[in-house]
Amino acid sequence: MTLPGLAWRFLWARPLVAALNLALLTLGVAAMVFLLVVGAQIERSLQRDLAGIDLVVGAKGSPLQLILAGVFHLDVPTGNVPLAAVQTLRGNPMVAQVIPLSLGDSLRGFRIVGSSPDYLALYGAALTRGRLWMAPLEAVLGHQAADELAMEPGHRFAGSHGLGSEGAAHASSPYTVVGILAPCACVLDRLVLTGVESVWAVHEAHEAGHEQGTEQADDEREVTLMLVKYRSPLAAVTLPRWVNAQDGLQAASPALESARLFRMIGVGADVLRGFAALLMAVGALSVWVALLHAVRDRENDLAMMRMLGAPSRRLAALVGLESLWIAVLGSSAGLALGHGMAELLGTMLARDRSLAVHGLFWTVGELWCLLAVLVLAALAAALPAWRVIRLDVTRLLQSPS
Amino acid sequence: MLHLRGLTHRYRTGPALEFPDFDAVAGERIVLGGPSGSGKSTLIALCAGLLSPQSGELCVAGLNLARASVSERDAWRGARLGVVPQRLHLSASLTVAENLVLPFLSVGAPVDRPRLRMLLDALDIGALAERRPHELSVGQAQRVALARALARRPTLLLVDEPTANLDDEAASAVLALIDRCARDGESGLLIATHDTRVTRTWPEARALRLKRPMAEPVA
Repeated sequence: MTLPGLAWRFLWARPLVAALNLALLTLGVAAMVFLLVVGAQIERSLQRDLAGIDLVVGAKGSPLQLILAGVFHLDVPTGNVPLAAVQTLRGNPMVAQVIPLSLGDSLRGFRIVGSSPDYLALYGAALTRGRLWMAPLEAVLGHQAADELAMEPGHRFAGSHGLGSEGAAHASSPYTVVGILAPCACVLDRLVLTGVESVWAVHEAHEAGHEQGTEQADDEREVTLMLVKYRSPLAAVTLPRWVNAQDGLQAASPALESARLFRMIGVGADVLRGFAALLMAVGALSVWVALLHAVRDRENDLAMMRMLGAPSRRLAALVGLESLWIAVLGSSAGLALGHGMAELLGTMLARDRSLAVHGLFWTVGELWCLLAVLVLAALAAALPAWRVIRLDVTRLLQSPS
Repeated sequence: MLHLRGLTHRYRTGPALEFPDFDAVAGERIVLGGPSGSGKSTLIALCAGLLSPQSGELCVAGLNLARASVSERDAWRGARLGVVPQRLHLSASLTVAENLVLPFLSVGAPVDRPRLRMLLDALDIGALAERRPHELSVGQAQRVALARALARRPTLLLVDEPTANLDDEAASAVLALIDRCARDGESGLLIATHDTRVTRTWPEARALRLKRPMAEPVA
C-alpha cells in the first residue's frame, strides 16, 4: 500500500458520503463541459457557415431571419425576389460575386437548395462520388443527407413542397442523384443541392397542373435570396444602404446579425454557465465538509500515524491526496458525462436536420474547467490539512473514561 | 536508554509535575507506576517525544529529547520507538495486514514483508490478516497492536496499561507475550501500569514510581 493507496482506502471508508460528493462534483463538471463543448461547436460551425459571405440579400423582412434561412438553413425565408435583382446586383461595381439561392422544397427534412456551383466553391466542398449537376432535375447530396437517406448516384426522388417533411410531393418532376459531396463540416452536409433551374422547372410543372401555361419568361422567374461577396471592404458601408433602398430588397450582414444572435443567446448561455459553476462550487463545498468530517472521524488514525513517526506534513499530504482523488474521479466522470450528453444532443439535432454537434470534440475551456476543479480540491483540503497539522497526538494516551 | 534529570512539566492549568531522576541501560525493563494524577501519561508523552520537556534532561533511546527538533523527534519515534496505547487505536478503515503496513507508510520506508510475516506468525495472528479490527477479540487486537509496535524493530517498547480490564489468565498471557517479544527483539521495555500483577510477574523489573504533586491533583 502506498500513501495514495491509503488515501483511497480512507476515501472509501465511508462509501455513501464519497459517492454523494463524487456525484455532486461530477454533475457540476459535466454541466460545464457540456456547455463548453456544445457552445464551441455551434459557434465554430456557425462561423464556418458564415465564412466568405459578406451580405445576404432577400425579400423585405427580418434581417436575422434572412441570415438564419439563407446561411444556416434553419428558418423559413422572408419571401422571393425577382431574378432581375440578381443581374442588378451583379452589375454593381462594388460586388465581386453573387450566388443566388432558391429555397422552398425539401426531401424528408433535408432542404433542396437551387444554386450555382459557386455555392459549393464557397465552402470548398468536393465530390466523393459522381459529378455536379449539369441539367435541371439533377441533384448533388450533402454527406449527411446522402448518409441518412441512403442514396447513391442514380437514385431518383421527388421533392416535397415546403421545408418541413409533410408537404405535397412533386411526384411529376422527380430528381436524379448525380453526385455525393465529401463531408465539409458545414451547412452543405445537410442540404440537397441542385441548379436554380431545377427549382423553376419543378414549380412550373407544379403550376402547370393548375393553370395552363408552361414555361415562364425570365422576368417572371424568382430566386429566394442572394449571397454577396464584396469587391472591397468599403462596400460594407454603402452597399447595404443601396440594397435597402431598392424596391422589395432587404440586406442583412451576417457578421452583424450573428453577433446580435450570439448576444441574445449569450445571456442565456451565461446564465447556464453560471449555474454550472455554482454546481461545481457546491460540489467543492460538499467535498470540503466531507473532508472536515473525515479528518475529525479519523483523528485517532492520523494521530496514531504521528505516533508511528509520520511527520505532520505527510498527514497533510494524505488529506490532500484524498481530496485529489475526488477531484480526479469527479473530473473524469464529469468529462465522460459531459461529452456523452453532447453526443446525445448531437444525435437529437441530427434527427432534426439541424446543427452538427459531436461528443468527441475538445475545447481549451475544458482544461480551465479541470484546472478549476483542482484548485477547488486544493482549497477544500486546506483547512482539514491544517487541522491535521495541529493534531494533538497525546490524545492517544488518554485512558478510556 | 532512559535518562531523567530534574525533569518537570507543567500544563497551562494544574500543578507542576516533577519527575524523579532515573537511569536505565539498554534492554532493561521498567515498570512505571504511581497513583492517578501523578503524571504517568505525561511522562509517556514526554518519553515518546510528543511533549517537549520544559526543564531538566530527558534522553530516551539515544535521543536527547530536550534538544531535538520536531522533525528529529518524528523520525526518531518512527525508527526507535514502539508504542502500544491502552486503547490500541487500530484503524477501523483498514484490515489487520494494512494496519501493520502503517508503521512503514508513516515514515515512507519500504515495507519489510518478511518481518511482518514473521511477526504475524510469532503472535499467531496470521489467519486474521484480512480481518477488520472490529472483527477481532480484545486479545487478538492487542496482539495486532503489539505487532504494529514491533514492526520496525524498536529499541524501546512503550506499553500503556496492557493488563487493564483483563482477567488473571489473559493478563499473564499478555505479559508473557510482551516478555517474549521484548526478549526476541532485544528491546527495552517501559510499561506504565498501576496493576500489581505486573510487578509480581516481573519482580526483577526496575520500578519508576511517580508521586502526586503537592497541590490538588488534576485528574
